[in-house]
This record gives sequence, C-alpha cells and structure tokens, in this order.
Amino acid sequence: MLGEGIVKGLAETARNFFGSYVNKERLTTVQFPEERLPQIEATRDFPFLVYDGTDPEPGLRCVACQICEKECPPKCIYIVKSADKKPDATGKAQFYPAQFDIDISVCMSCQICVEVCPFDAIKMDVEFEMSSEDRFGGLLLDKYKLAKSNEYYNKIHPTEAGAVDAALAEERAKAKLAAEAKAKKDAEVAAAKAAAAAAPPPPDATPALAAETPAPAVATASGETK
Amino acid sequence: MFETIDQIFVLIKHWLLGYVPGMAQPLISAILSVVPVVIAFPLLFAITTVLERKGLGRMQNRYGPNRTGWFGILQPMADGIKSLTKEDIVPRTADQLVHFLAPVVMVIASFLVYAVVPLGRNMVIADLNAGVLFFFAIGSMVELSVFMAGWSSHSKYSLLGAMRAIAQMISYEMPLVLASVVVIMAAGSLSTVTIVNMQAGYTGIWPHWYVFTPWGITGFIIFMIAATAESNRCPFDMPEGESEIIAGYFIEYSGFKFALFFLAEYLGMFATSAMAITFFLGGWAAPFSFLTWIPSYVWFFGKLLTIICAFIWVRGTLPRLRMDQLMNFAWKFMLPLSLINIVGAGIWHFMPAGFTRWGVVSLLILLSCVLLSRGLRRNKWFHVRTYRFAS
Repeated sequence: MLGEGIVKGLAETARNFFGSYVNKERLTTVQFPEERLPQIEATRDFPFLVYDGTDPEPGLRCVACQICEKECPPKCIYIVKSADKKPDATGKAQFYPAQFDIDISVCMSCQICVEVCPFDAIKMDVEFEMSSEDRFGGLLLDKYKLAKSNEYYNKIHPTEAGAVDAALAEERAKAKLAAEAKAKKDAEVAAAKAAAAAAPPPPDATPALAAETPAPAVATASGETK
Repeated sequence: MFETIDQIFVLIKHWLLGYVPGMAQPLISAILSVVPVVIAFPLLFAITTVLERKGLGRMQNRYGPNRTGWFGILQPMADGIKSLTKEDIVPRTADQLVHFLAPVVMVIASFLVYAVVPLGRNMVIADLNAGVLFFFAIGSMVELSVFMAGWSSHSKYSLLGAMRAIAQMISYEMPLVLASVVVIMAAGSLSTVTIVNMQAGYTGIWPHWYVFTPWGITGFIIFMIAATAESNRCPFDMPEGESEIIAGYFIEYSGFKFALFFLAEYLGMFATSAMAITFFLGGWAAPFSFLTWIPSYVWFFGKLLTIICAFIWVRGTLPRLRMDQLMNFAWKFMLPLSLINIVGAGIWHFMPAGFTRWGVVSLLILLSCVLLSRGLRRNKWFHVRTYRFAS
C-alpha cells in the first residue's frame, strides 16, 4: 500500500521526539562550555616549553639550540639565542632563549618540534581555548606564555611525561656521576701535579691510570646531555 | 460573556472606528484590519522557526537552539538582527531592479492571500465572493517572483533552481486547486466565509467538517501534500538542493532579502495551511459542539499550529524526492486521484444520505488510490543509459 513506509517513519520520529524528553540518554550532545568530555591522553594541539622547578626563568629546559626553529615546516618558531650562559635547573651553565616566540596562528600542530628536541624542552599542550581579539599579538605567544611547569606536563600527559622524567633523571644521574668522577680526576690530577711540583722524582703512574678509566664515560655523557 | 470574548477584536475595532470621522472610516477600517494580520503572522513565523528547529532537533535526538533567551526562544530575534546587519550583496551582472523586486513581490503576494482567510467569526479582512479564486490567483504570484529571482540573479544555479521550483509549483498547483474544487462543490460558494459557515453546524456533538467525508479526507490529504510541494518544504524541497544547486533560486540573495524569501516561504505555508483549515477543518469552528465557548480565533490558530507541527514532523521524517518521482507523483497519482475525488463528491451529492453513499464513494476512492499507486510502482523500470553523441 502506498504510504506504509511513511507511517513507519513518522512513528519512528515521534518516538525520537518524545523519547528525547523522557530519556536523557538519547541526547548525546555535550553542552560544551558547561560540561566537557574528559580529554583523552593523546590530545595535543600547540607546543609549549617545559621548565623544571618553580621558576620558569632559570628552569627552562630549552638551551636555544634552534633545531625546532629550523625544522618547523610553517616557520612559526622564532628564537633569539642568548649571548651569555646561565645555570639551568641542574646548575650547569647553558645558553638560554633570550626570545622564544611561537605564532599559533601559523602553527599547524605537526609536533615536529617535539620530535626533534634533544632536551625534552618543548612538548605538546592540550589548551585549545586560545581565541583572542587581537589576531596578531594575541596569537603570538612569547616564552613567558609558553613556559609551563613539568608538573603541568605530568598532569596533561602522565605516561609520556613519566617516561621523559625517568629518562632525564637517568641522564642527569649519569651526568652527575660523570661530573663527580671528572671533578675527582681533576682534583687528583691537580694533586698529582702539585705533588710532582713538590717532589721532582715521579712516584708511579698508578693513581693517574686509575683516574683515567672513567674518562670515556665522561665524554659520552657530556656528549649526550649538553 | 463568551460572545464578547469571541468578538473582542471586532468590538475593539468598531469602538476605535467610532472616534474616526465618517470620511476616513473606510481607510482606517482597512488599516485596523490589516495591521494585526501583518503583525501576527510574522510573529507566528518567528515562533515557527524556533518550533521547527527545536522539534527537528528532538526528532534527531538533539537539543536544538537553547542558548538565546529561555530555552532558545529569542533565537528568531538573534537571526533577525544577524540578517539585518549582514551586507546586502547584489551580483554585478544581475538585473538590479528585478533582483530587488523579486523578494518584495513574493512577500506582498504572501501577505495578500491573508485578505480572504477567516481568522475567526466575523474576522476576515475582505469577504470576497470569489475568495477562493483570489487566493489561488495571488498564490500563483509567488511563482512569478520565484522566476524573477532566478532570472535576475544571472547565475546558472539560481536559474536552474527557479526552473525546478516553477516546474514543481505549477505541477502541484493543479491538484491543489482540484482538491479544493470538491469543497466549492459542496459549499456552493467561492467565498471562504460561506465555506466556513457551512461547516460550523453540529450533528449531536460532531461537527459538519468536510474532512469527515470520504471525498473530504481525500481532498484534505491531496491538498496538504500539494501545499507541502507548493511551499517548497521537505520532502518536496527540490528547488533547494545543497548538493546540486545550493540554495536554488535565492542563492544570490543575502542579508535581509534572503530573510524576506524565508519569511515569504513560511507565510505561504501558513496561508495554504489556513486555507486547508478553511476548506476541510471547519475554519474557526470548534471540533465539538460543547467547546464552542472557546473563542473562534483560538480554534483557528490552534488548528494552524497543529498543521505546522505536522509539517515539521513530516520534514523531520521524510527524505527528499527525486525530480522524476516528484513529477510522476504529481501527474500520475495526485492529478487523477483529485479528478476522481471530484466525481466522488458529485456521486455523494446526488445519492441519498446514509451508509450506502459512504460505502460507494469510499470504495471508488480507495480502489482508484490502490490502482494508481500500483501504476506508480510498476513504472520503475531502469535500463542502461545509452549516450548518443552528435555526429
């Protein structure tokens, strides 16, 4: 009979209409600003700079190596390397970015800067409500706006941040060991020199040789980290 | 008391006219009749847009607009302000005058048809003795403005859209008029007021609406389907096709002119719905004799809102038709059925009252409906398309 399917369809839409008033589960819409879906952990949109500790100024992991600036496909990163060196979070003297700008109106969220960074200094953020009335200045983020603490990073991407922290801790421990060993060796060398200067006949080479053994480790560790 | 409430608008008008000098009375009287209609129906349009968007949303398990005002009821205000503040772009190659006139003509035509719609007892702007004829004559002015819009835009999409719209509107004008012929036959008058008065009686508690006869219900269904097509609504919204001709004939319109087309479309829908109410659903008459104390205009607008909700329901349910299905349906099903319906109404008129004439006329219409629908179905042969190129 003509019109049978129409009646069936009308019944279906009527069921939806009344059902949506009775059964809240039918309405899958999330009323956005008031209620939000939990973000999945892999969410990522724009890069930010990670800093250790509480103060972004000394704690910034970035050493202004400018690899991300060179790799960025749309060229949205602008870095000015500092002339002097300042101690970083671990106390080591490093270059630091005098200026670090990301234009998020240009950024295409490709994450290449994160991939290439050897210092785990730049990571992807989850902040997306960044609309601004000033389309030039408002979307150009400087290093103070970009800097976010490691705790924040741990909060938004716990698994990834945990792995990064573990790797960094290991590296730093190694570097520390190496530094200590180097310091010890330097001290011993200095002592030996002093001793040599004090006593012209050389006693024997054994302490110097013993200090020689951790030297390759120092070389690799320093090459890897800084 | 109930009589006063029922006639309140008429009484107010006469009271106001009492303060007007005799010479100016016809003019003031006309203005006092027209202005409420011109205000009421665009307001109804505003309400309908909210109803439609919320209703459609609910049918699709969404919320619909719920941000502006309480539960989104200020949405039409926001839409209106938006369309008023938008830039009015006229294509450089467009026929400037016709391009400007098209929406104006459309809105004027849409408003003019309300002149013969009885909104309540004694509430009609002009009781023309050829009111039905006036309605259809002015109604076809809409087609003119559609073509004006399509042609003057100087765009292939709007021209194609206009051609589609014209083809559809003219095809469905036929069953629309023929479906109302049965009512004219039964009432013996072309005056809308007389048609409503004929239906305002009761047998026991049951009203004398034409929809409660076999030819009436058929005529009503045909009229409503044709009205849907006439007002370019889903599932007959071929003149607008996002995928093939974008917005159809008003693609080159922006800002408030676009809103005017929108307004005119809805006004046309209300007008045809009002006519369906007048012809088949007893106009302003109450559905039961014990409910006559409720004012007549309440009944009229109640019925109108019901029909609008039905339109929204259908829009939320049905997918669009193809152009050939649309034309086949109009010419091979609706037109023959409405002609047979006229014959049925004639048989009804000449047979003695009773169950026999119910049986005979129902059988005639049902049989022809089944046969015609079979014919529509059988016609579905598809064959491989062969291309013939110009040699």
